[in-house]
Amino acid sequence: MKIQRDKASINASSMADIAFLLLVFFLVTTSMDIDKGIMVVLPPHVDDPSTLDYHAKEVLEIHLNAKNELLIEGEEAAIKDIKEMVVTHLDNNGKLQNFSTSPQKAIVSIQNDNGTTYSQYIAVYNEIRAGYNQVREQKAQADHQKSFENLSLEQKKRIKTHYPIKISEAEPTNFDK
Amino acid sequence: MFRRKGGKKTPKISTASLPDIVFMLLFFFMVATVMRESEQLVNIKYPKATELQKLEKKSLVSYIYVGPPTTKYKEKYGTAPRIQLNDAIADDVKEIRTFIQNERAAKPEKLQNKMTTSLKVDQDTKMGIITDIKKELRKVGALKINYSAAQRVGKL
Repeated sequence: MKIQRDKASINASSMADIAFLLLVFFLVTTSMDIDKGIMVVLPPHVDDPSTLDYHAKEVLEIHLNAKNELLIEGEEAAIKDIKEMVVTHLDNNGKLQNFSTSPQKAIVSIQNDNGTTYSQYIAVYNEIRAGYNQVREQKAQADHQKSFENLSLEQKKRIKTHYPIKISEAEPTNFDK
Repeated sequence: MFRRKGGKKTPKISTASLPDIVFMLLFFFMVATVMRESEQLVNIKYPKATELQKLEKKSLVSYIYVGPPTTKYKEKYGTAPRIQLNDAIADDVKEIRTFIQNERAAKPEKLQNKMTTSLKVDQDTKMGIITDIKKELRKVGALKINYSAAQRVGKL
């Protein structure tokens, strides 16, 4: 009599179940969102904040009130004007009376109210950053015919020192009460 | 019986490659995703911005959430924006100091100055609470921060 013998093999049908289990676990515990945001370096804490010891024309003053209204250098403005103002301020080099004398000395100052909405603050901050990024990009194109993103670390550093980001944040007002 | 020698055979679909397919999906999700930090107790709708930078080195990032509590926690914490640290709602802004110190202690000394704090704040929050948070962060020396925002498409 002939006995037919199957070759011994491990049953792999449960492998799929195990893999599914792991898959479901990862699906549940993970989030797909990519974290992006505006990077800011805060100034270190000092006990009594000194007033800015700068010539008034070096500072571009931006005020935001509790109603989300905007003042640039004492004049009412819209958010879309900020970028242009920042660019003129940085690239002024002493041409206009009330703007900066050099990009290294230029300061942008924001003051908000405690009642200002966060989204408005971010919008304003974003526009100021956009202004800085624009002048940096222009310089990169003029000096190296390349986008700022594609420059070497050293070239980037040179442009960054030419246009240092100096954003000062004054103590917020509190008119919301 | 169906399987008789020489008899007709019903063809079966082989499931041998199923584990391979599932494993492929599994690896995709393992690689493409990040572990969720903690359960969100507050509702956050991110403000929109254009000058965004990607947060690198997730392990060196501490998260602070600010926003109105979710429906589940409304009764307990009210509807005004609150600060969430780890898995709990903070009662006081001063808790940020211990939170940052704990986060810092958990990281190797070499990397401590590379730590970033990500502020995930709801867009309708008033700046008062943010000002307090920034003050605490400055006091504790966590100066690198990242305002979480979504990409804005189109013009203002």
